[in-house]
Amino acid sequence: MKELFELYSAFFRIGLFTFGGGYAMLPMLQREVVNHHRWTTDEELLDCYAIGQCTPGVIAINTATFVGYRRRGVVGGIVATLGMVSPSLVIITIIAMALSPFMSNPHVAHAFAGIRVAVAALIASSVIKLAKKSVKDAVGIALCAAAFILVALAGASPILVTLGAGLFGFVMGKVRDRK
Amino acid sequence: MTDILWLIYEFFKAGLFAVGGGLATLPFLARMAESHPAWFTTEMLANMVAISESTPGPLGVNMATYVGYTVAGIPGGAIATLSLVAPSVAIIMLIYRVLQQYKNSAAVKSIFGGLRPAVTGLIAAAGFSVFRMAVLTGETGSLAALVNWKALALFAALLAGTQWKKTKGFHPVLFIAVGALVGLLASF
Repeated sequence: MKELFELYSAFFRIGLFTFGGGYAMLPMLQREVVNHHRWTTDEELLDCYAIGQCTPGVIAINTATFVGYRRRGVVGGIVATLGMVSPSLVIITIIAMALSPFMSNPHVAHAFAGIRVAVAALIASSVIKLAKKSVKDAVGIALCAAAFILVALAGASPILVTLGAGLFGFVMGKVRDRK
Repeated sequence: MTDILWLIYEFFKAGLFAVGGGLATLPFLARMAESHPAWFTTEMLANMVAISESTPGPLGVNMATYVGYTVAGIPGGAIATLSLVAPSVAIIMLIYRVLQQYKNSAAVKSIFGGLRPAVTGLIAAAGFSVFRMAVLTGETGSLAALVNWKALALFAALLAGTQWKKTKGFHPVLFIAVGALVGLLASF
């Protein structure tokens, strides 16, 4: 029971003090999970990120589930995950409540038009960072470009593109093995 | 009530298929804006992303809470978030067990090898839809009318800022604050 409470509060703190999602969270996770509670090692934490990148869902949630499950089974996984989402639920609900009346104000609208430009630039920079790690050869470039064109320009479903890419990787692996 | 059921369905689906973290849920939210026009517009979605980026917590969770709240109030926010999270909680527990055995299998490695670049392309597509709305005017005719040049200049400057050695370590909130300030002063 005590450890369940510790799982909840540790991931609550991580959720509360992390801005900007998965990768920004790594230093907080190391502090709480590795150094303070010694629930995992640094290496296991990195493995967990690798899995999170390739499995469905938010990486931060995947990490919380992973660590919680390791410590206390199914209940631990659920408790750690709830700890992680609790701060967001409260903060975002308050912001959404407070913000909607202001959105019609012209000054707020101008500020948000500028913010949208900043978000586009931030996403572009995330893509550049990700591409450096994930796009390594001609096949990777082709897959990345095909996924972009199919979804951005042809309106294809991201689900089908994801499934197709996994299948393509599997088949490519088999072809390589034959050679 | 039907809205709540649709929220569960849509966010469960996003949680099940959005591979690669919070931003990967963006294409699903963009689709939701199209298939449920009464919920929110693509323009509102960009505001939600901005707020999710500049508040604590995982991006995907913040966006689910925001969208859920917009559609169906406080219960909507909680339900959308739990629906988003449920599939990955179950899947991660399953994977934890299976992975101990197959961690080094060639098939698993080649599947992930195909997924990673495609997911990068998916996120680029999501970024492009925000770009189109923030920087392009939607008017046709000439290039000069199509592009909001003030916005394009800000975009270029901020993108350069994320790449330049001295500023790339800056917190995303700072870039968002600069965007808000310039948008306010230059009346975007």
